[in-house]
Amino acid sequence: MTRPSTLFEKIWQRHVVRQETADTPAILYIDLQLLHEVTSPQAFDELKRRGLQVRRPDRCLATIDHSTPTTPPDADGTRHYVTEQAKAQVDRLHANCAGHGIELHGWDSPHRGIVHVMGPELGATQPGMTIVCGDSHTATHGAFGALAFGIGTTEVGHVLATQCLLQTKPKTLGIRIEGELGPAVTAKDVILHVIGVLGVGGGTGSVIEYFGSTVRAMDMESRMTMCNMSIECGARAGMVAPDQATFDYLQDRPLAPQGEDWTQAVEDWKTLSTDAGASHDRLVEIDAADIRPSVTWGTNPGMVIAVDGRVPDRDGAATREALEYMQLRGGARLAGEPVNVVFIGSCTNSRLTDLRAAASVLEGQQVANGIRVLVVPGSEATRRAAEAEGLDRIFLAAGAEWREPGCSMCIAMNGDIARPGDLVVSTSNRNFKGRQGRAVRTVLASPLTAAASAITGRVTDPRGFLEPRQGAMQA
Amino acid sequence: MNEQNSNTGVIESRTFNLPVDNIDTDQIIPAQFLTTTEREGLGRFCFHAWRYNDDGTPKSSSPLRSHDRLTQQVLVAGSNFGCGSSREHAPWSLLDYGFRAVVSSRFADIFRSNALKNGLLPVQVDEAVVDFLFDHPDHAVRIDIGSRTADIQNYGQVDFPLEPFSAYCLTRGIDQLEFILQHRNDIQAYEDRL
Repeated sequence: MTRPSTLFEKIWQRHVVRQETADTPAILYIDLQLLHEVTSPQAFDELKRRGLQVRRPDRCLATIDHSTPTTPPDADGTRHYVTEQAKAQVDRLHANCAGHGIELHGWDSPHRGIVHVMGPELGATQPGMTIVCGDSHTATHGAFGALAFGIGTTEVGHVLATQCLLQTKPKTLGIRIEGELGPAVTAKDVILHVIGVLGVGGGTGSVIEYFGSTVRAMDMESRMTMCNMSIECGARAGMVAPDQATFDYLQDRPLAPQGEDWTQAVEDWKTLSTDAGASHDRLVEIDAADIRPSVTWGTNPGMVIAVDGRVPDRDGAATREALEYMQLRGGARLAGEPVNVVFIGSCTNSRLTDLRAAASVLEGQQVANGIRVLVVPGSEATRRAAEAEGLDRIFLAAGAEWREPGCSMCIAMNGDIARPGDLVVSTSNRNFKGRQGRAVRTVLASPLTAAASAITGRVTDPRGFLEPRQGAMQA
Repeated sequence: MNEQNSNTGVIESRTFNLPVDNIDTDQIIPAQFLTTTEREGLGRFCFHAWRYNDDGTPKSSSPLRSHDRLTQQVLVAGSNFGCGSSREHAPWSLLDYGFRAVVSSRFADIFRSNALKNGLLPVQVDEAVVDFLFDHPDHAVRIDIGSRTADIQNYGQVDFPLEPFSAYCLTRGIDQLEFILQHRNDIQAYEDRL
């Protein structure tokens, strides 16, 4: 009998081309590389400089998402990029993909979207795979039981040229979450809570496996939200063992195995879980009952409180500086703080269930006076599905903007940017200083919390806005 | 445009302090500068929001105003340096700005990997060492990649971790991509088994 192993070890072992030695890292095979316009041009240039070809264009999948406008084109098809350089970057990806025979979902594709939304929607993301992208939120794909992590541009070039990466085996961190989630507590609140517990560097050097009854009960989009933010505690990857929910999600997707291949694939995927008797290098246990709707109050994703809680007042340079930047008083409540912008989108929270959650709060309501609300679906497919359900009309009737798919105000490099000093309640993943614009103050939150805050114009506990209206406001 | 600058293996320089924890890559180079398709010349965007006002004028309060690019090639920063985005533009801009090494008690994984591929040395030391350097600005240090040690004046010698392969590549200018390419046959054999 083989030694019991973790989900991570099983996937790692399957992909070792050359074992790690005392002097050299392992050579690890990469099943799928996702590409976007921002972190790939210099990698393609490097291949050209060396006279190398892309080894496996069939194992690459590209999209445009970061530098792309989320406003509709003019009647003549003209897109309004933030700068000529942004357009040039998108054009460069088109040229690179055409030149190397790589499938690119550009403006004319019905699947185009944020790379971490599109991959799973197409069924490109599958259990047991190794998946990389020049993007730290690649951990998203771990929701399917894949080993997925972000890499730098030099490594993007390595994978283009060799379909391999040099890797030193990371440690594993088990995060067990048990119990039922309370009202208005979503996967976003779970992961914010976890990051709050671990701290912004607490997962460094590790691959996380999330497990336990709470995780098992999550749908695939919730698991993606949770795995997506693994990097925010420093972990390069986060993963969930595949189960029936995974298989049901993937079945009949365009790039998923079909027919007899599907049956065989599922049989194999069922073996991808951590064996009884295998243990992680470190284990953190979370009680679902401790998790409330959560928000960030400071300038990194580890600065988390419950939405009805108080910001810290303890001394310390980091806390003081964060409070000063956020224009908050130590010990004060964050709920009630006036809001300028609400952003619902990003690779963390722009999928259909996220949009449904936001719409359930905004239906029949009006956005507060003077508040700008951007709702940005994660992909064309998500946009179509949302529009088929009438979610776009709910958002528009409430006074929100319904925009075209893209990363938008999460990274704020396409012109979707807040004004200096604005407070943004954002369903994205990073609240770093200046992330959403100069001096912009970001409060990370779930789609429910974001939508509730849009209605009141203040940071708001979503528990008073649940459908059907629950009379009792939980304090 | 080499994958990494070859390095003599020794960095002798004075330090420059940024005593802030969790300096993320959005601080090192803000996303507005990521529409470039180049990797050179990014030093002018390094710590941009820390150095410049909204109107583009230099910030009088910026700690980086006192940085001497010629003599202070070693950045000393708080814990968890380089967290956040995977943008390799971060080490590219730090190098172009004039830094050759960063000293911190912890580095984010992707930043560390990106830095090493470009010849920017992550020197991970105990917090006590960082605190000493914070207390002694513009301090003379000598960092030896080969022996993985840093000599700190009036403090002594400290070790820092560096994978043997990274040290080998850094000191000899060996290229990691070439190393993988040398194992083409292994890759082909692996693919044949798929």
